[in-house]
Amino acid sequence: MVTVVSRAGIWLVALLLAILAVAAAADKGFAIQMGIVAAACAVGLWTALTRADYAGVARGLIHAPADQSRYDDDPIRWGVIATVFWGMAGFLAGLYIALQLAYPVLNLGLEWTTFGRLRPLHTSAVIFAFGGNALIATSFYVVQRTCRARLAFPGLARFVFWGYQLFIVLAATGYLLGITQGKEYAEPEWYVDLWLTVVWLAYLAVFVGTLVKRTEPHIYVANWFYLSFILTVAMLHLVNNLNLPVSLLGSRSYPVFAGVQGALVQWWYGHNAVGFFLTAGFLAMMYYFVPKQAERPIYSYRLSIIHFWALIFLYIWAGPHHLHYTALPDWAQTLGMVFSVMLWMPSWGGMINGLMTLNGAWDKVRTDPIIRLFVISLAFYGMSTFEGPMMSVKTVNSLSHYTDWTIGHVHSGALGWNGMITFACIYYLTPRLWARSRMYSLRMINWHFWLATIGIVFYAASMWVAGITEGLMWREYGADGYLVNSFAESVAAVHPMFLLRAFGGLLYLAGAVIMTVNVWKTIAGSPLREEAPLRDAPYNAVQDRPLVPVAVPAE
Amino acid sequence: MSHYDTLRHLADSWGLVVMTAVFLCLCAWPFRPGARRANETAATMIFEDEDNG
Repeated sequence: MVTVVSRAGIWLVALLLAILAVAAAADKGFAIQMGIVAAACAVGLWTALTRADYAGVARGLIHAPADQSRYDDDPIRWGVIATVFWGMAGFLAGLYIALQLAYPVLNLGLEWTTFGRLRPLHTSAVIFAFGGNALIATSFYVVQRTCRARLAFPGLARFVFWGYQLFIVLAATGYLLGITQGKEYAEPEWYVDLWLTVVWLAYLAVFVGTLVKRTEPHIYVANWFYLSFILTVAMLHLVNNLNLPVSLLGSRSYPVFAGVQGALVQWWYGHNAVGFFLTAGFLAMMYYFVPKQAERPIYSYRLSIIHFWALIFLYIWAGPHHLHYTALPDWAQTLGMVFSVMLWMPSWGGMINGLMTLNGAWDKVRTDPIIRLFVISLAFYGMSTFEGPMMSVKTVNSLSHYTDWTIGHVHSGALGWNGMITFACIYYLTPRLWARSRMYSLRMINWHFWLATIGIVFYAASMWVAGITEGLMWREYGADGYLVNSFAESVAAVHPMFLLRAFGGLLYLAGAVIMTVNVWKTIAGSPLREEAPLRDAPYNAVQDRPLVPVAVPAE
Repeated sequence: MSHYDTLRHLADSWGLVVMTAVFLCLCAWPFRPGARRANETAATMIFEDEDNG
């Protein structure tokens, strides 16, 4: 009973503090955000009071110890559902802002729905909400399975899940209200950053705690990648968000770094968010789920270790390639370019390691749609890690920088590599977490695969054409030394490409809708969909009869 | 010499040498004698839990 009271007491204090913060807020945005915190505290208080085990308390039970012979999968189940939910929200936002670029009337004339506010909502929803939930869920799954140990600190693991959702909601509503630091991928303001720091340290504690209580002597390589992702993101987040708030009850803050130092710190953060959040973390998924789904060990464990160290040592220097031809010192730009080009080697080493795991089992690409998703994700990983180093070369960058080529590059990585491998992991995890024999429908996975793949092709191809068009139009000089094209002319020139891009996004979203139905039906326990298997030897009932000799008339 | 210059010279001389040496040692580590079996065990370890959902 004491724990019920003290827990409810903590929630009540937090609720009162949030309400006080609403009352004393320096600006309207902060008041609304604290209102959301208060609502979260109220839900927590209500849960603490209604879901407490009163019968157990009455019987004098303190707390039943968790069964150490079972894995702790509840936070992973929530994580899979959250991944699907935020994925749908993020893809939908992406399609909407793609249409806004083609038809500005869709800004609706409201400040909250302008492109400038919805774009960070889209990027954060897909990277941090969809990708982040997938990373947290799969890391909890993989670390338990590879350590053969139940998750450490179960209460903290639940805090990580719910705390992370609160971070997402605060960040997303903040963008709509115009609360932003204006830094790419680091838009949330100081108080949301502090909250994420708390959640992230709890995440680190759960992960390392599970590693410490492992029963397997060796720490499997996937965990190295997860741990580097958690540690590096913590470091990046802390340094890039060193801000001084204007008021402790207001939403505005100013960064400690200014000018070109600020820009360098921002892109050191920004590129390593790509390198460690979207690459190292997702490579950890690859190193566990690809061998598991292919039922073959990783092609070369040695290569995986070299891949790991090369990625760690090289990635951290590549950030300055975002600042070519700016006030950043020339040597730093060249350093960023050289390290970006060198990164090509470990990236392709990792891709080869993943793909060659299928050596001797390539037929599974034809029969197993989940393997197909893994293979296409690795193919896109290879393509975007070739395109990236190429675009970081200064001469190429002078054409590609600030154009839609960059947008296309990011999406071939995000939709192709991160999206596809996450879908594959969702399809792998859902039947196992809810104890079903398989997904509701394998053919729907196949549909998802093709819709998503064709969607990316439309997206990437249209953005290549748009980007090169823009790059060439912006640098075109006339005989008299004046620029030939105005900016608006280049916007008009790429309008058809914007439409094709939105069509690609629509296909990708349609694939995700099919996934949502499939996951929903699987979790709900519907009987498996009646469907033809993906591959079978042909059978013709009409021909399946003995050959009767027919009397041939004499000629 | 300014703080910046000192750090800059440290970074592109000894710092670079130490980082490269550490990196090469870490990459050479899986090739040490006897590592082949350890690597094989590590790579196949993930299949030992097949009965767990």
